[in-house]
This record gives sequence, structure tokens and C-alpha cells, in this order.
Amino acid sequence: MIFHRLKVGFHRLGSPPTFHKLCRVLSPWLWAGFLLCAAIGLYYALYVVPPDYQQGDSYRILFIHVPAAWQAMASYVIMAILAAIALIWRIRTVEIMTMAAAPVGAAFTALCLATGSLWGKPMWGTWWAWDARLTSMLVLLFIYLGIMGLYAAFEDRRKGARVACILVLVGLVNIPLIHFSVEWWTTLHQGATIRLLGESRMHPSMLPPLIWMTIGVKLMFGAAMLDRARNDLLEQDRRKNWIRQLIGESA
Amino acid sequence: MRTLLETRQATFSRAGEPVFEPVDLSLAGGQALVVRGTNGSGKTTLLRLLAGILRASAGTVERHAPVAFLGHLAAVKGDLSCRENLDFRRRFHATASGLSNSRALARVGLAGLGLRPARALSAGQKRRLGLACLLVAPAAIWLLDEPYASLDDDGCALVDALLIEQLGRDGSVVLSTHQRQPELKAAPNTLLVRHHVQGAG
Amino acid sequence: MIAQMSALLKRDLRLALRHGGESLMPLIFLFAVIILVPLGVGPGPNLLASIAPGMVWVAALLASLLALEQLFRPDLEDGTLEQWWVGATSPMALVVTRLFSHWLITGVPVIVFAPLAAEMLYLPDRALGTLMLTLLIGTPILSLVGGLASALTLGTNRGSVLLSILVFPMVVPVLIFSTGGITAAAEGFSARAHLGLLAALLILAVTLVPLATTAALRLNIE
Repeated sequence: MIFHRLKVGFHRLGSPPTFHKLCRVLSPWLWAGFLLCAAIGLYYALYVVPPDYQQGDSYRILFIHVPAAWQAMASYVIMAILAAIALIWRIRTVEIMTMAAAPVGAAFTALCLATGSLWGKPMWGTWWAWDARLTSMLVLLFIYLGIMGLYAAFEDRRKGARVACILVLVGLVNIPLIHFSVEWWTTLHQGATIRLLGESRMHPSMLPPLIWMTIGVKLMFGAAMLDRARNDLLEQDRRKNWIRQLIGESA
Repeated sequence: MRTLLETRQATFSRAGEPVFEPVDLSLAGGQALVVRGTNGSGKTTLLRLLAGILRASAGTVERHAPVAFLGHLAAVKGDLSCRENLDFRRRFHATASGLSNSRALARVGLAGLGLRPARALSAGQKRRLGLACLLVAPAAIWLLDEPYASLDDDGCALVDALLIEQLGRDGSVVLSTHQRQPELKAAPNTLLVRHHVQGAG
Repeated sequence: MIAQMSALLKRDLRLALRHGGESLMPLIFLFAVIILVPLGVGPGPNLLASIAPGMVWVAALLASLLALEQLFRPDLEDGTLEQWWVGATSPMALVVTRLFSHWLITGVPVIVFAPLAAEMLYLPDRALGTLMLTLLIGTPILSLVGGLASALTLGTNRGSVLLSILVFPMVVPVLIFSTGGITAAAEGFSARAHLGLLAALLILAVTLVPLATTAALRLNIE
């Protein structure tokens, strides 16, 4: 029953004009929400939270690094759920949405790697360490790039999206394996891993900015994904009737 | 007469658009169907759909007997000899009821070329080897995509003769053609494939 | 079904033998790596012994990658691939057969010559058994995930670059558990945990990869 309702819901979403309208209405709200959350979060992060007694101010990059890392992984989960829906029910707009999620997820992964590397320089004295988390993030980035590359390599966009959706699901099985094996590998090779966050308890004042930033980043993911999906849909359907009608309406 | 092949409102979509208007057909043993249509109307797509290579995106396709499909490509390995290709076909379809290699090759006019690698054959000869594959591994339903393409007059007559034999065995044939009408004992039915007009849906 | 699978396997192997030179490529590749690396890092036995597990495995990986571009493409181009969906045989059985022949052609030669490579790199004798076991369990995984990547990229025209990007994340766990196991054995520890995990990966790959590969091939011939 629930499945049936879900299916009907998704099929309604599957109609390109409805989907386009939804994206257009939803995206400004998500962007606004992101800006608000990010403003509050950054204010807390930069002005309210006291400096760390060891790391000084440099640890503040954490408020970007950690939400980005979470979102890099969350994006993959969202993308995989969308891919499963797209493959099972063959809904084109969901395929497009899945493919729109990949570059955004890749951007967060890259952001996480870049901030981690920037943070690593003062902390470890090196831009790169073969730390378990950084290494699996790097592999995750390549998984995202593979999905994007595969989608882009097909002339038939629909076919490319469906093939890439299979790859997304393969990656869902693969990522935990990579994570586990890399963790195993680093513990074998270096004894204890150097951790960015350490084992020490987080200062309670660090929590609000972290939460605000995390919510903001999630909203931004949604907004960017919907915008990308809408653009992709418009580009693919540019010769279809519903777009002509749409342009007619707005003109 | 037993129905061998049946479709109901079957079509195939590419990039979200149906390639051709939905097709209803029903084919019994001993019947032939000629698929006609302009270039790009979806004749090949329809035949691949009937063969099971493509899945119907709407409607149904039912096959009640083994199928053999001969497409634009003869599905032979250039590095293997004609004989080896035929041997593979026979084993792959797990049948021993077809013609022997030498008889099949003689029937399609390739007698004495059994040891030649398929890559050394001319385009017409390759088509003939494709026809020989149909003979070593018999199937009740033949789906032939442009069987007359790149064949000489003699070859076209050969196709007609093979079609008549296949229908005589109570087999059925679906073939697409845009040049030549097959000359059979009874005039075959014709199906006109219409290209789906984009933007309608 | 067994008859069809064996027919396909025989034909694949016959074709591989007919291209004798190409079938030797994995071996030539293995030894190119084994010879070039000591020339690059120096002939010190200790250094070579410590990098030997990784070297043999990276060579095996690249050797398996070599033939992937041609795993399904020739069949797509001469029309034999679409015939897989015409007959009564399940296409998945044929996919498994094709992956098995890929392993026979690229994996087995590497396994057979691995002891020689290990000797040239001064791998301790007590690690040789583990090396062989990891290759025996691990190279089929390489063929499986490689075949999947090859099927996914079949419909594209720039398969080879994409192929390596897709394969690389999928083989990370294989590489880690295999080389970790060999290193452990070389240092006198038990490699059972590594081998067990590797076997689990193989089981997982054998269960899931044929499904995904068949689905990907189907989409690509449509």
C-alpha cells in the first residue's frame, strides 16, 4: 500500500512539466534557507566559539570540513535511493535527478578533501596524509567522477543515465567495503591513526554552529541538485511541446 | 494452426519516445510477414523487439517457439573459418537437427569455402554465411532484417527458396525489406511500420 | 544451458589462441613491471622484498585491465552479442562464461608465473603460498569487476579512460587484503583473516556482478 502510494507519487513527479514546476518553486526557498543557516552558523563559528587551546583559530575550518564530509556521504545515499527508484520504476525525471546529485556530491567530496588538506598542513605538517578517512574520501571522489564520466560519455542521455544508475548502486555496495578495507590498511601500517578531531570531547559551544552549518549544507545540496536537474531536463527536452507551452505562458 | 508469434500494442521507446506506432501482429506456422516502412521508421527496431533483444516498453510480445534472428550483422566471427562459425551456431543452439556444415554451405552457394576465415568473405558471401547459420540451427520463427541486402540476383532467389522451404516446414518468417518483394507461393501479409511523430506525447 | 556455455567458452578460448600474441600480453606486462621496477628503485633485496606483494598485485591488476576494452566490444560490433538474448539460454550464464574465459586468459597466466616473479623480487619463501592463494582468490574478482566496468562503458566511444576510472575504486579492497595478507605472511604472521575477507569479497562479487553486468549489457545493446 505504502509502496503503491510512493509509486503513484513518483509517477506524478515523473511528468516533466510537474517536475519542472516543483524545481522552480522549491529551489529559491532552499537557497534562502541555506543562506540563512550558513549566516547563523558562520557567525557562531567565527565569533562565538572560543579558540582551541592547542590549535588556535585554525580548527574553525572544521565547521566547513565536517558538514562537507557528512554531505559527501549523505549525497551518495540520496543518489543511490534515487537510482534504485529510477531503475525499478523507470522514471525519467528521477534518473535526471540522480545524475544531478552526482556533481554536487563530488563537489562536497572535493571540498572535504581540500579543507582536510588545508587543515592537515598546520596540524600534521603535510598537505596529505594517508589517513583512513582522507583516503576513502579520495576514492569516493573517483567514484563520483566515474559516475559523472559515464553519464557524459553516452550520446543517448537516457541510456547514459540508466547505465550510470547501475554504477551508482554498485558503488553503494562498494563504498562500505572500501571504507572498511582502508581503515584496516591504515591501522596495519601506522598503528594508531592520527585523527583530526582527536578523542577529546567536543566543547559544547561547538555544537550549534556545526548543526546550523550541517542543515545549511543539506539545503544547499537540495537546491543545487534541483537546479541542475531542471537545467538538464530543459536542455534535453528543448524541442518538446511542453517547453514551447511554458515559454508561451511566460512570454 | 498454432500461433507462433504474437504482439499486442507493442512498441519500443528510445530516449523516452516510442520509436514506432504500436504494432499488433499474430503469426501462425506457414505464414510470412513482410515489414515495410521508410528509412528510419523502425523496421530494425521492430525485428529486434520481436527477437527479444529489446524489451517492449509498452504492450506485449509473445514467442511460442524458438527464434532465429539474422540482423544487419551476420553474427559471425571473422577470425574463425566458416565451418567453425557453423559448428559454434549448432552447439550454441544445442541442436543436431539441422544440416551438416558442407550441405548448409553448398545450399547457400559457399561450397568449398568451409576452411576460409569469415573475414575473407565478401559482403554478399557473409550474408550467405548468415543464411547458412539458419540452416544448421533450425528455428520455427525466422526474423530476417533486410535479408536481400548486398545479395546478387542469384542470392535473392536463394533467399526466396529458403523462405519457401521454411514456410513448408510450418515455420514462420518475419522479414523487413525496402527493395525487393519476396516471391513466395502465396503473397505474404505486409505490415507498414510508421515512425512515431515526436512531441505528440 | 551447459552446452551453450561450453560452446561459448571453447569459441572464446579458440579466438584467444588464434590471436596468440595478444593472449601473451598479460604475461609480458607482468614481467615488464617486475623487471622495470628494480631498475627504477635499485636491486636491494630488502627493499624489493618489501614491495614485492604490491608489485605482483599491481602487475596482475594492470594485466587484467589490458584485455577489458576488448571483452564485449568485438561481439557488439560483429552482432554476436545480441544473439545472447535471442536463444533460450539465460544471458547471465553467458556473461559468467565470458568472465570466466577472461580470467583463464588474463588471470591464470599471471598465477602460473607468479612464483617466478616472487623469486625475482626476493619475496620470502614462507609468503609464497599466501601469494598464490591471494592470486587464486583475487584474480577472479578482478575479472568480475573488470567485466562489469567493461559492460558499463560498452555503449560509449571513449571506453578505455573511463574503464580505468571505474575499475580503480572497485579493486581497492582486493588490493589491500591481498597485499596485506602476503606482507603478514612474509613477516611470519597468519594471513587467515586477509584470505577470509578476500574470499568473502569473491563470494559477494560472484553473486552481484553477473546481475549488474547483464543489466548493463542489455541497456547498451538497446
